Amino acid sequence: MRTISSKKITDVVADLAQEANIHLRKDVLLALRKACLLAGNARAKRILKAVIDNANYARQEKLAICQDTGMPVVFLELGQGVRIAGNLYKAVNRGIQNGYQKAFLRKSIVSGPLLRGAPKFTPGIIHTDIVGGDRLKITVLPKGFGCENKSRLKMFKPTDGIDQIKKFIIDCVSSAGPDACPPYVVGAGIGGTADYACILAKKALLRKISSDGTKLERDLLTEINKSGIGPMGLGGGATALAVNIETYPTHIAGLPVAVNISCHALRSASKIL
Amino acid sequence: MQKIETPLSEKLIKSLKAGDEVLLSGVVYTARDQAHKRLTGALAKGKRAPFNFKDAVVYYCAPAGTPEGRIIGACGPTTSGRMDAFSPFLIKSGLKIMIGKGSRGEEVSRAVKKHRGVYFVTYAGCGALLSKYVKKAKVAAYGDLGPEAILKLEVKDFPLIVAIDASGRSIYG
Repeated sequence: MRTISSKKITDVVADLAQEANIHLRKDVLLALRKACLLAGNARAKRILKAVIDNANYARQEKLAICQDTGMPVVFLELGQGVRIAGNLYKAVNRGIQNGYQKAFLRKSIVSGPLLRGAPKFTPGIIHTDIVGGDRLKITVLPKGFGCENKSRLKMFKPTDGIDQIKKFIIDCVSSAGPDACPPYVVGAGIGGTADYACILAKKALLRKISSDGTKLERDLLTEINKSGIGPMGLGGGATALAVNIETYPTHIAGLPVAVNISCHALRSASKIL
Repeated sequence: MQKIETPLSEKLIKSLKAGDEVLLSGVVYTARDQAHKRLTGALAKGKRAPFNFKDAVVYYCAPAGTPEGRIIGACGPTTSGRMDAFSPFLIKSGLKIMIGKGSRGEEVSRAVKKHRGVYFVTYAGCGALLSKYVKKAKVAAYGDLGPEAILKLEVKDFPLIVAIDASGRSIYG
């Protein structure tokens, strides 16, 4: 057994929360630069340039990339050989609190979803996977709600075809339109159960943006970028930077598909302990 | 690029066309979901608004915290569509100028046209960059709402795009 202290976890979560909110992911920045270079119309190019300038300015001035510093979603991959000294989830939330406070991030969390009330920094959402080994991987994904509000789940029939699934994913992006800060990164989860498909869709956003996705991912990206929504919804070919899909076995009676869209400020940071 | 200053005259508002890009200087008030709900409730009961929004520019924004030595933290626009339920009433009550991001419903476009207002959008997801154009910031009302309080901002050359003009024409088609 390897022991990791809750103090260590708090400190690492605090650092990751700040890093994610202030330093735009390298793969996202690269994808934005590429989109800016390829942009056909002058306005789209200007908007993408502002988005890139914003990321650079945030890094340089240690400012939040976006005022919506999100609902912090924390993914834990906890090795079976790790013993946590102290309370793991309390340690994570304390880390969020410390990191958000230190970097002057936004209090966006209301304790009562119906009663609302004064916003706070916490709690975050914590997803834990128990894995082999004796390490703990922590990932912090601050998820803005302009794009989270555009999430969708549909329970397809097992006999439905791939074209219907594609149409559903493309429709999600079309209905988000200009509202959720395009160019988007589209996360999709296919399979599992209703709840699990949603988690897969969110996890898909953690995957690095790369050009060697599956044929389905590449086809969807091409289709979505034909929609003409473009940066800020003001036209152009850069509606999405990537489509990332995660899959899981499912039941003979069903085919759940969830979509979780990210704005261009797709922020996450990880560390292995 | 055209520079405009608050208060915006009726003549100036009418001259702006969907798609025009301008730089705004002057006073802007932030207000979003909870402030809209509270403001609408107050006005519906015949109470006075906590600021004179008739000539005001309202910006859908709740900034991040203000780091030491800065005027304001990241302060980009939030999704305007969530304010659609309140905007027609507020526009009827005198609000003419709004800043946010994204599209608006039919009713908002109609109200903007009828009352000769204007809806602007600004660089979405660029809150850090936009903080450069804010020269002063203080709480004007509803301080208990935290980041959603109404702030009085003084801005200089704040970049805007006309999204719905006074004739009701929208940049989103």
